[in-house]
Amino acid sequence: MSTLPNAIPALTTAGGFLLVLALMLPLVGVLLALVLGGRNARRVVFFTLPLGLALAVAIAVEALQTGNPLVYLLGGWAPPLGVALRADGLSVVMLLTTAAIILAVAIYARDDFSTPAGASEARAPLLFWALLLAVWGSLNVIFLAGDLFTLYVALELLTFAGVPLVSLDGRPETLQAALRYLLYALIGSVLYMLGAVLLYGAYGTLDIALLAQRVRPEPAAFAAAALMTVGLLAKTALFPLHLWLPPAHAGAPAAASAVLSALVVKGSWFLIVRLWFDVMPGVVTLPAAQLLGALGAAAIVVGSVVALRQERLKLLVAYSTMAQIGYLFLMFPLAFDTAGNGPVHGAALSGGLLQVVSHATAKAGMFMAAGLIYAALGHDRIADLAGVARAMPVTVLAFALAGLALMGVVPSGAYLAKKLMLDAAEGSGQWWWMIVLQGGAVFTAGYVVLVLVSVLRSRSGPLPLVKRVSRLAEFAALVLAMSSLLLALAALGPVPGDLVSSPLAPKELGTLLAVFLGGALLALGLSRRPLLGAARPATGAHGGPLRRAAVAVGGAFELADLLVRRWQFASLGLLTLVVLVGGLLVIGR
Amino acid sequence: MSAATLYGLCGAALVGLGLYGLLVNPQPLRKILSFNLVGSGVFLLFGVVARRGAALGMGGDPVPQALVITGIVVAFSATALAVALLLRLHDATGSATLAAPEPGAPPAA
Repeated sequence: MSTLPNAIPALTTAGGFLLVLALMLPLVGVLLALVLGGRNARRVVFFTLPLGLALAVAIAVEALQTGNPLVYLLGGWAPPLGVALRADGLSVVMLLTTAAIILAVAIYARDDFSTPAGASEARAPLLFWALLLAVWGSLNVIFLAGDLFTLYVALELLTFAGVPLVSLDGRPETLQAALRYLLYALIGSVLYMLGAVLLYGAYGTLDIALLAQRVRPEPAAFAAAALMTVGLLAKTALFPLHLWLPPAHAGAPAAASAVLSALVVKGSWFLIVRLWFDVMPGVVTLPAAQLLGALGAAAIVVGSVVALRQERLKLLVAYSTMAQIGYLFLMFPLAFDTAGNGPVHGAALSGGLLQVVSHATAKAGMFMAAGLIYAALGHDRIADLAGVARAMPVTVLAFALAGLALMGVVPSGAYLAKKLMLDAAEGSGQWWWMIVLQGGAVFTAGYVVLVLVSVLRSRSGPLPLVKRVSRLAEFAALVLAMSSLLLALAALGPVPGDLVSSPLAPKELGTLLAVFLGGALLALGLSRRPLLGAARPATGAHGGPLRRAAVAVGGAFELADLLVRRWQFASLGLLTLVVLVGGLLVIGR
Repeated sequence: MSAATLYGLCGAALVGLGLYGLLVNPQPLRKILSFNLVGSGVFLLFGVVARRGAALGMGGDPVPQALVITGIVVAFSATALAVALLLRLHDATGSATLAAPEPGAPPAA
């Protein structure tokens, strides 16, 4: 992974025009889809997406060959007067992941969002294809933009593209979820912009490379860092700022949920990484990073437990997203160098990046599989999923593989990411994050086991299927889940070999077994309905005081989640966090 | 008190009023208006920041002006989208509230 240059680029580099193409292509696609309309919208998508993937590969090749970030100066004007586009290692990885996942989602949604036979144009398909391209385009802007104001505009574009995806079917509850999402995201972005204004006022530029040189640890920078970080946290839906996420991600059509969960929340996460690692590594402090890590750990615990308490599969997957977002913030405290002076590009950042990619692919696959089950059965009540494994083996396999990948089972990207972060935790002596990293897998195993047990259960009668799902969609989900599971093999090149020398050693297998056992125990104790209820009607032995206590704990977590997701609590929490982060930046040095 | 300080304080007051509204006011429409209030406060602050260019013998730094105009366009689009969603929600349910439809939970909004 190369790092962002601290030198100010004076010129556009050789492959710089590729960056402009990567921005133009999706946005031209949006316009074409809307102008041509009807059936042509989908054709435009399937024309632009392969081109975009090829472009992302070309950018990656160019960046690898030159070993330097690609730069393009718009109109030939150098910052601070002009605006630059840059692609470093981080951007290249995210560009590739995004293009690949959007392509898989498009293949998955091909039949769901086709214009009906009689009509020349239908609202939902047209909007879906246009918004899919819009999400892709705004993510590309986020990954490539070189200044904080362009990033603000891109962030807003991403929200404007994501919100209508939530309410695509126009049901009242999804409209409400979309409105909550939009209003909360707007508070976040206005805080971000306030921070950007403060930075411009203090340093006279918004260019990332220039700011990195000029920023000093002083009040204006502290305030800006706190405002921008927390504003972006609200858009990323890190606990306790997640009020909008579960209803929005669970209510949207499956293809849209996959995009929202896999990619849209990662856009604002990516910006926080940019901010902390590239714009103000000298301003942020270890205590503030510990706070982010602690919120991440809380997200893992609360999200996973509440996921176990859900009765509907899509809500379970949505809460699992909330838990997985927590993982993405564990890297912040781990990325600090041993002296605790500032975050450095190192193993922890590589681990975090790998985690994002593996989570994005696995979660997209998981939402797709859940969507297929919903489409085939006409419902997604977890208690009534018996027999699904027999009826839809490919879909269930996709769900299981995605679950394994999220848990971090051996060849998965999440496994390698965990190894990298454990290494960083050991190196910096932060043993408590090792517990969180190892324990998190148990929680993930909990809800994966819960779903797998439900779908593997045999059914006495035939399973009533309301619709045959398309093979293509099933395989799209399977391919994404597989790629997440095999990610470590692809990423092995740049990683030190001694980290993964013996993935099949007894110690690793023992850990795996412990994770599964722990997960099964969690699922047994915390699930809303007795896990083995159908197989063994007399669950008297399990209904003892232990189970009652576990159910009470689960209920308490649910109540806490409900309280945190009240508007007043969430918005007060937002402001409190700004003050907390700001305070930790001031006193934590 | 210089004009710049006065403008700055005005901007801060607008941000504060808007944040209060966002926090306390239950109706979505009020929240949308509050968001616009916060936005106006931030734009006003940005206008004050533009005065720093005056030291170079110019009337002001032109970059913030351009950014504020872009910001206003973005805020306008956000408002339009939010109002459209609100209208659809009202058409569909006959009421416009943000309260999560949890049975048994007291109406938050």
